[in-house]
Amino acid sequence: MGAYYHSVRLLEEKCKGCTNCIKRCPTEAIRVRQGKAVIIEERCVDCGECIRVCPNHAKVAVADDLTVLKSFPKNIALPAPALLGQFGRSTDEAHILGALLELGFDDVVEVAVAADMVSEVISQYLQSGKGPRPAISSACPAVVRLMQVRFPSLLDNIVPFEPPMEIAARLARESFGFGEVGVHFITPCPAKITAVKQPVSYKGPLLLDGAIPISAIYGEMMKRLNSARPFTPRATSRGIGWGRSGGEGLAIQGSSVLSVDGIHNVIAVLEEVERGRLSGVDYIEAQACTGGCVGGCLTVQNPFVGRTILKHKASEASGRKALLSSEALADMYRTSFFDMSVKITPRPVMRLDTDIKVALAKVNQMEQVAKELPGLDCGACGSPNCKALAEDIVQGRASELDCIFKLREKVQGLAEAMVEVARQLPPPVASRAETEKGERRDG
Amino acid sequence: MEFNTAGDAASKIKEVLQKSGMEPTLVRRATIVSFELELNIIIHAYFGRLRAVIKENCLEIAAKDRGPGIPDIELAMQEGYSTAPPFVKEMGFGAGMGLPNIKKNSDILVVRSRCGAGTFVYSLLKR
Repeated sequence: MGAYYHSVRLLEEKCKGCTNCIKRCPTEAIRVRQGKAVIIEERCVDCGECIRVCPNHAKVAVADDLTVLKSFPKNIALPAPALLGQFGRSTDEAHILGALLELGFDDVVEVAVAADMVSEVISQYLQSGKGPRPAISSACPAVVRLMQVRFPSLLDNIVPFEPPMEIAARLARESFGFGEVGVHFITPCPAKITAVKQPVSYKGPLLLDGAIPISAIYGEMMKRLNSARPFTPRATSRGIGWGRSGGEGLAIQGSSVLSVDGIHNVIAVLEEVERGRLSGVDYIEAQACTGGCVGGCLTVQNPFVGRTILKHKASEASGRKALLSSEALADMYRTSFFDMSVKITPRPVMRLDTDIKVALAKVNQMEQVAKELPGLDCGACGSPNCKALAEDIVQGRASELDCIFKLREKVQGLAEAMVEVARQLPPPVASRAETEKGERRDG
Repeated sequence: MEFNTAGDAASKIKEVLQKSGMEPTLVRRATIVSFELELNIIIHAYFGRLRAVIKENCLEIAAKDRGPGIPDIELAMQEGYSTAPPFVKEMGFGAGMGLPNIKKNSDILVVRSRCGAGTFVYSLLKR
């Protein structure tokens, strides 16, 4: 493994070398080489787009399963709010959380409870007027990593607080300590798995021990829903809403919020921010998956159905009182309980060389190479588009003849040369056409 | 007015700067300057060209257009002053922040204009 941990991996035996994933990847992190997809580790942000789009199920998320519980005498489940959107409308929250206990967990710390707190902390931060605007949510790890790769100049706009999953883990550690206790996130997506294994804004002993996909335990939970002893839910509608797009925006009060979901839409909005076009917006809720976390590729329910169910669950919780008052939160805020422990730094993987002179020369060379390519962006060369192939050629990772049009041109040229050579006969031999003419004359 | 392609030139400049390994803050400033210049051409001019030259220690962006020109450059430099038509403002553009934003993000800025002929803007951004 290199410097980056990745939950998104390739199953070589299933990969047919088609171009679906390379075309969809938001950071152009995939190439097809020797008939198989290859992920460029430095660029991959573990968003899971390739998992979603692969028709052969060759892209998978490497995650933990319930066997991880055996490693600890005591286990705590941290369910993502999106979990509540996975079951029927009439299935109540208490039974869903209770089913986790039936699976072998000893206790539950809802991430939605942490989301309740983070909502309040962010609202206070926005009202304080601190930091550059628009402030950008830190909740979706795929978006944060996307920004490290493609929008490094906007990293300072990310709110300086850990997202709900990490806060829930801190709460769990405060109550249960380290060592004998396993803390596991019930995850809707591979991006969070990577965040569990390799956090970007936290240094120290890992707060979470495992990340178990919703899809991996869904069947087992279904079986136990009815028999489960109910677990009293503590999250309010504010925190539960974080599991769907728009919910976080709703939870951030007193500010003008823009909500965007789907990683390619997120890119379009971040481009607007980079151009300085979003001056009227205080906060951006950006989620890589369509529909928000309920749209994660490790969920089971259709994202739009899940979103509706989650909305319903949130409204059911509307009467509940938040676990902590705003005053208590303000105290925690002062102790930097919510703060990121390290600054998020750019991943300068887009530059062509560390030496700016060399990089500039390569940019020029790339332009020249790109001009010669057909510009059809077919992907048959294994690079996502002609421009990317030009870059790969300049970087010595591909050759011009990987382009099938270039190859055909070359073959055509060679064939013509062959014909030309074939016409050149030694002087004593007359060409067939001339011999035939001669025969006719004689006859 | 061709709004469909608005931002293409700025995006290209940003991409090349990123590939060159320029610092994120410079890339950001250059993106803002080039996008505003591009928009000005789209909104006001008949025809225009945006040109960026990357050097080792700086970046030069120049916009040259044939168009109505700016009658009072000093006035155009003021925040909120805009001559964009109402429908452009309705689209969220033409808020009178273009030139002021360009100025804020440039180290050297030269604006020359002749009424009825066109405008030339030169912006230099130091690394």
